[in-house]
Amino acid sequence: MSASPVYLDAATAAPLHPVARQALLAALDDGWADPGKLYTQARRARQLLDAARAAAAETLGVRPDELSFTPSGTAAAHAAVLGGLAGRRRVGRRLVHSAIEHSAVLHAAERHVADGGEATSVPVDRLGGLDVDVWAAAVRAPGVALAALIAASHEVGTLQPVSEAAAACADAGVPLYVDAAQAVGRVPVPGGWSVLSASAHKWGGPAGVGLLVVRKGTRWESPYPADERESGRTPGALNLPAVVAAAASLRAVAADAAAEAARLSPLVDLIRSRVAAEVPDVEVVGDPERRLPHLVTFSCLYVDGEALLHALDRRGFAVSSGSSCTSSTLRPSHVLEAMGVLSHGNVRISLHRETSAADVERFLAELPGIVAALRAEAGVVGL
Amino acid sequence: MPDEVLDCRGQRCPLPVIAVARRMPELPVGTVVRVLADDPAAAVDIPAWCRMRGQEFLGTVTGPDGPAYDVRRHH
Repeated sequence: MSASPVYLDAATAAPLHPVARQALLAALDDGWADPGKLYTQARRARQLLDAARAAAAETLGVRPDELSFTPSGTAAAHAAVLGGLAGRRRVGRRLVHSAIEHSAVLHAAERHVADGGEATSVPVDRLGGLDVDVWAAAVRAPGVALAALIAASHEVGTLQPVSEAAAACADAGVPLYVDAAQAVGRVPVPGGWSVLSASAHKWGGPAGVGLLVVRKGTRWESPYPADERESGRTPGALNLPAVVAAAASLRAVAADAAAEAARLSPLVDLIRSRVAAEVPDVEVVGDPERRLPHLVTFSCLYVDGEALLHALDRRGFAVSSGSSCTSSTLRPSHVLEAMGVLSHGNVRISLHRETSAADVERFLAELPGIVAALRAEAGVVGL
Repeated sequence: MPDEVLDCRGQRCPLPVIAVARRMPELPVGTVVRVLADDPAAAVDIPAWCRMRGQEFLGTVTGPDGPAYDVRRHH
């Protein structure tokens, strides 16, 4: 008998929210025309787009004209970094970022450096929290065009001190970009930022929709060839049905966010305590308190991460890993590396609205045996 | 200088850590083992193993044999 599937990788992609499905299907019939044109079908598409923008902006507490939809969260992150740097190139060419940014942000930073720009990486502590003193000194340095901070670590869940970081940026006159991909729809995002990005499939919207918010007065310049759509911030025709579904589901998850956090956070506490107690030689990483409500990461000593993922998959559990053997680059997660915590045998669990206490219980019941079997197979028991 | 060299080049995570964990109890307290390991995960995992096991991580040395990690048996 095969085990029933338990999906525990919402931080990669949350299952499609029913509101998203409903809106998507409706908008497929109604929202196929180009909203920029001057005929009836286009006006209907324009209405849908305007309504989606208004809804998403209201949920995030920003003005509709500050918010653009992008073809993905990654595209939004690239545009946030490169556009924020381009808009202030006369001030300087330095980007300050935390060491635990998403790879989309780090790859944009690499592009900037390859083009002759400079980047300063600010370290985190063992729990994955930003070193605010180093950050404050870094943003005060001359020639800083932009600072980038992830709202909460996508790999270990640690909430970052966004308010303190924003205050340091304000003192230095440096705009702050916040990658809120894991926070939007889950936890409130502190203010004080100038640019923000998010990704719809992290909250239960469809893949292929990102959000880019550029606050009024921010000097941001598109890094792309000219295109008038989305206030000139992101080129190309949008996938309007997906945008409509993203906005509708964002409103739904934001309305439920506090209740969902209250339901999921104790399940994460349970995973943290039971994994630590019942799996020998395991390191549960990330901040136990200042954390996302739905995400937890741990590493099992002497266990091959890829083998662990496959063993869990055979038992029906879908999880993610920051171990090098599970990455296409064969490098360990830069987040685990920056924290100085064990990178092999790593598992990231991320819960969502369909995750039940029974799912978590079954995972916790089966994990110790799965890890023990892998250790026995590798001959590392008792090391 | 290390008392012993463990050549773990070509081994993927977590094999270099397993190698040092196997060898350490066979050596007297105070022995310094140099682990040669070219898997980038070793740079993270050998210091982390030392912290979890209460062994002493002395540092990373990059020489002609690639990256090496010095560990002293502490107990």
